[in-house]
Amino acid sequence: MRLYIKYDINLACRVIVQEQLDKFEVNYNLLEFGEIEVINPIDETVLNSIQVELSRYGIDIINNQKSQLVQKIKDTIVEMIYEKDKLPLSTISSYLAEQLKLSYGYLANIFSEFTYTSIENFIIIQKIERVKKLIVEDGLTLTEISYKLNYSSVAYLSAQFKKVTGLTPSTFKRIVDKRRSYLSQQ
Amino acid sequence: MNQDKTPMNILLADDDEDDRTFFNDAIKELKMNNKLTIFKDGEELMDYMSDPDALIPHILFLDLNMPCKTGHDCLKEIRANPRFKDLSIAIYSTSSSEKDIEDTFIGGANVYIKKPSDFNKLKKVIKDVVNMNWQYHTSGLNKETFFFSI
Repeated sequence: MRLYIKYDINLACRVIVQEQLDKFEVNYNLLEFGEIEVINPIDETVLNSIQVELSRYGIDIINNQKSQLVQKIKDTIVEMIYEKDKLPLSTISSYLAEQLKLSYGYLANIFSEFTYTSIENFIIIQKIERVKKLIVEDGLTLTEISYKLNYSSVAYLSAQFKKVTGLTPSTFKRIVDKRRSYLSQQ
Repeated sequence: MNQDKTPMNILLADDDEDDRTFFNDAIKELKMNNKLTIFKDGEELMDYMSDPDALIPHILFLDLNMPCKTGHDCLKEIRANPRFKDLSIAIYSTSSSEKDIEDTFIGGANVYIKKPSDFNKLKKVIKDVVNMNWQYHTSGLNKETFFFSI
């Protein structure tokens, strides 16, 4: 005997997704075109289990892992810049690989695919961001900053600042000061 | 979360037709997913900006020398409106005087672009600016100290 069935693939997928999310007690809204709005944040281990369950039906959470990894790379870099001041640049790649337990080449590829910039460039932007904070909020001199952030020289710090912002640190400081007094007059 | 699905919304206000065409062509060559809206002068731009239903862009490229409403006027009006506090403003000008650069930054601009004469340079500059802005937008960097002169 042979049975012939017809099925609504869209409905089938929606029901599977609903059943799985309900099973994990996720609070969600099922939107159109395979998008799910998650109302309360999901714990990473739960999310991984959901992913495993869904993959049995050939359903994948697109890009989720990759964009999470990108966020982890960013977090690790920011933490490194703000908490481990003295880390030399040469070991950043091995530090990231070790922390995230993946090869640096893989991390670098995923990172640029998602952020349109390289890890190296992101580190420079974040370091200059820190330099700006130290200038504006803490009033440190460039000499103090270059020592604190492990720059090889003040000239090098100054050059990198100029490269990223197009401004010298002193022009930058003047603009920030004038902008503040301009805003307070408004 | 899915960053490559979010398009970057870009506005351009420039009264020069050739400059608008060049800009549009340069934007088309960006790898980044984006949506460009173009205005022919400051008044057209401000009409759009004053519509409360209009989408708030990620970045506005603003020519300084425009008839009727100049880029300086637009900058002032936009910065007076708290609705646009996260909007990056890139001044797009033929002038490269230190004073113009500093004055626009003090007035609330984030980026100052000296219009390049060569198309390849223009593409590179736009790419660099859009990229830098994207880093500010996606990594929670402080927009109050976001200045980029190129």
